[in-house]
Amino acid sequence: MLVSPSIVAIAVFVYGMLGWNFRLAMTDKHDEVSEGSFVGLENFTGIWDQQRWSLSVNHAIVFTVVFVGGALALGWLLAFLMEKGLRGEGTLRAIYLFPMAISFVATGVVWRWLMNSGIGERAVGLNRLFEVVGLESLQWQWFRDQDWGMAAMAIPAIWQMSGYVMALFLAGFRGVPDDLREAARVDGCTEWQVYRHVVLPLLRPVTLSALIILGHISLKAFDLIVAVSGKQIITDVPAVFMWVAVFDSHDPAKGATIAAYIVIAVSIFVIPYLVWSLRKERRS
Amino acid sequence: MTATAVRTRGAHERAARRVQWTRGVRLVVLLAFVLIFLTPVYVLLVTSFKPLTEADPSRAWALPETWTFEPWRVAWEKLAPGIWNSVLLTVPGALISAALGSMNGYVLSKWRFPGADIVFTLFLFGMFIPYQGVMIPLVQLLVNLNEITGLNGVFYGGIPGLVLAHVVYGIPICTLIFRNYYVTIPDEVIEAARVDGATMLRTYRSIMLPLSGPAFAVVIIWQFTALWNDFLFAVFLTGPQSWPTTVMLNNIAGAQTVPYSQQMAAALLASVPTMIVYVLLGRFFMRGLMAGSLKG
Repeated sequence: MLVSPSIVAIAVFVYGMLGWNFRLAMTDKHDEVSEGSFVGLENFTGIWDQQRWSLSVNHAIVFTVVFVGGALALGWLLAFLMEKGLRGEGTLRAIYLFPMAISFVATGVVWRWLMNSGIGERAVGLNRLFEVVGLESLQWQWFRDQDWGMAAMAIPAIWQMSGYVMALFLAGFRGVPDDLREAARVDGCTEWQVYRHVVLPLLRPVTLSALIILGHISLKAFDLIVAVSGKQIITDVPAVFMWVAVFDSHDPAKGATIAAYIVIAVSIFVIPYLVWSLRKERRS
Repeated sequence: MTATAVRTRGAHERAARRVQWTRGVRLVVLLAFVLIFLTPVYVLLVTSFKPLTEADPSRAWALPETWTFEPWRVAWEKLAPGIWNSVLLTVPGALISAALGSMNGYVLSKWRFPGADIVFTLFLFGMFIPYQGVMIPLVQLLVNLNEITGLNGVFYGGIPGLVLAHVVYGIPICTLIFRNYYVTIPDEVIEAARVDGATMLRTYRSIMLPLSGPAFAVVIIWQFTALWNDFLFAVFLTGPQSWPTTVMLNNIAGAQTVPYSQQMAAALLASVPTMIVYVLLGRFFMRGLMAGSLKG
């Protein structure tokens, strides 16, 4: 059978290793040499006593809300504006989408410069731009801000992903049959009512897809944060914390625990979605 | 009669004017976003051609007074080993992924065995898992493979190990793209071959493969981009000898001593291959993106 090597590979590398990771997370193997014995869920509960962990969870939540909300809103807006067709649409789309083709590490370089926290004389990046146009009051610490740093961190992610959301929504808009809109217009609906009652309900599946994709990208965000600010605690998220636990603290059990939490968070999003898509496909 | 005609014409003109006006507004907003989207590119380009003497913050947004290739030359020197490693990683990685995806997609779409749907869904979950969840066991396995085979620095700390990881975790998306493509090929074609006594493998070779060009393009481009841009696997699985472009770039950019001009030139250099692919073959790239959303 042609698929059997792949089935074995997925069974071992995805499911076997997820299981292995969960088992490791339930041991006290807190250094690289010890065998580690079973301690149940001790690591899972104990980690909440660490300030750095709760901080990184908070950061991930702020990042996710701003990133998912921002990318959805911007992607939808762009698609809405382009929906009826424009000359040069292909070029516009290519421009909005090009960040998707570049690594977060490369874009992180320029965003770290743009979001440099220096102000006044030492300001570069956007803070300097604000000064040039006379809006000094807008200067702030960006990702170094105590409270809203993670919201700033979401800006490059929005820049990178909203073109993708636009493409999804554009396909969704175009999938609404013209006669359906025409019928509503004949019935005396205004353009807004057509949009509200005909187009919007048909966009729901697309919105859900976009939400799931953005959500799971956001929960495992790693590259961008490392590229923009490194391992600083001020922008710590679980994925970065896990990296630190493995490479700097040399604590496999702790790394595995954090990894397990990331898996659980993503699964809450993704499993219902997969079940839903499978059912939908069976029906059609 | 005439009055009504005039009135309708007036209404039409008003409506036409409104359409024109909203079209103008839409265009202005869209162009404003083009400017915003391209701002980082402007910064990257402008800064990468600046000599060190113009590094002062006051000139941050200005064009260089004298243009220099020096930052690009230095960045290339520092980044070249990583770029070479990335080539050694992406070319075999993308090709093997495409071959596997094609075979899987064929079987899952045309030779539905019992439980094929479940297998497919279990594959799909593999597409969404956060790779952090398998990373520690994966590292351990590759270390063990090094020891068992006696090939130090091949699996863990080497390009082959990284290729292995990318190929395995790329199976779901590659299978999905091929499956969705093969579903569009009529079953009758396969049936006819089966009636003529062709085996599963023969049908694949003589009927499916010749039709698979576009799907191969999509998958190879998708995997090439994903592998070239990957940082997570690379940072966990490779060592100084096998660091690909992204890790090297992060090391260059993370060092406080490297001037911005060199950092930005390095970031641009690291993005050139995927940008070329995007500009020339964006159509296929888009299809891969859409497949990733499960929309087919």
